[in-house]
Amino acid sequence: MTFPAELDRRFRDAAAAAGLLDVAYDVMDSPIGPLLVAVSPRGLCRISFEGEAALDDLAARAGTRVLRSPRPVEEARRELDEYFEGRRRGFGLRVDLHGLPVFQRRVLEELVRVHYGEVATYGTLAARIGKPRAARAVGGALNRNPVPVVVPCHRIVGASGSLVGYAGGLERKRALLELEGAAV
Amino acid sequence: MPPFERFYTDHRDEILGYLTRVLGREDAEDAFQETFLRALRAYPKLEHGRHLRAWVFTIASRIAVDEHRRRRPAGEAPESAVEDRGPAYAEIAHLTDELPPTERAAVVLRYGYDLAYEDIGAALGSSEEAARQAASSGVRRLRRRRSE
Repeated sequence: MTFPAELDRRFRDAAAAAGLLDVAYDVMDSPIGPLLVAVSPRGLCRISFEGEAALDDLAARAGTRVLRSPRPVEEARRELDEYFEGRRRGFGLRVDLHGLPVFQRRVLEELVRVHYGEVATYGTLAARIGKPRAARAVGGALNRNPVPVVVPCHRIVGASGSLVGYAGGLERKRALLELEGAAV
Repeated sequence: MPPFERFYTDHRDEILGYLTRVLGREDAEDAFQETFLRALRAYPKLEHGRHLRAWVFTIASRIAVDEHRRRRPAGEAPESAVEDRGPAYAEIAHLTDELPPTERAAVVLRYGYDLAYEDIGAALGSSEEAARQAASSGVRRLRRRRSE
């Protein structure tokens, strides 16, 4: 039996409109594959390349009332679409890093200063947060970035300029840097 | 606890089927929405993810019974039960429309969805024994009508 789409949509809209969700999410197409995009009442809290496999992690971090509900995610979708079409160089979205370790938050907050089309090294980023010897720990924090693309961990490269690593895979990292016209 | 999305997609089909059976298609949709909104409100208070199916049937049944009482304030009182031999549900499904609300909910939950009497009692806000009696009383009433 196929569930009636209109009834399903009405429930998902009503749940969000009543303010009952810890997290609303949707899945959108992008040039780097389908993205799960999730928002909490505090802002954008997750972008995942793994689709709904990220739901358990989200429920543990933000609360169990996680529901696919497109309306609250519309603004984030629109900005991401504009970014992938090359019409947007920065994001105006509020980002929710609540619940992450302090060190990781510092790294991710500093990362936002590496602008569109630029790259920086792990060591540079470590130095910018006052921990010049913590390049490896910075790498770990970036690897667990809950909101890739918007918090641009793809702009951090190895000391030699090589791409090194990316939680979403090096092909995606390369595609994002090419989209931004970064010299790598 | 599973994320609410998984709980919702696991149970929405049979809850809508159940509500359609006991309320008719038109009222079932509003009752469905109310069921899952209530579930969503209560979800953070649940301590574990066991018995989620019985829990959501509980919510849906209370909403269905309230809706019946709202429609027919002077509903029939259930008769006391004597036997319960478990008919094949397909045989009686189309007849349950004429039962009083509590008996109807008990019969549908027992034979349509295979819920335990303990869970049906919780769903109907009564004891396990009262649920057993409501179901068998409903079945007796159906047998009588069929033989009329």
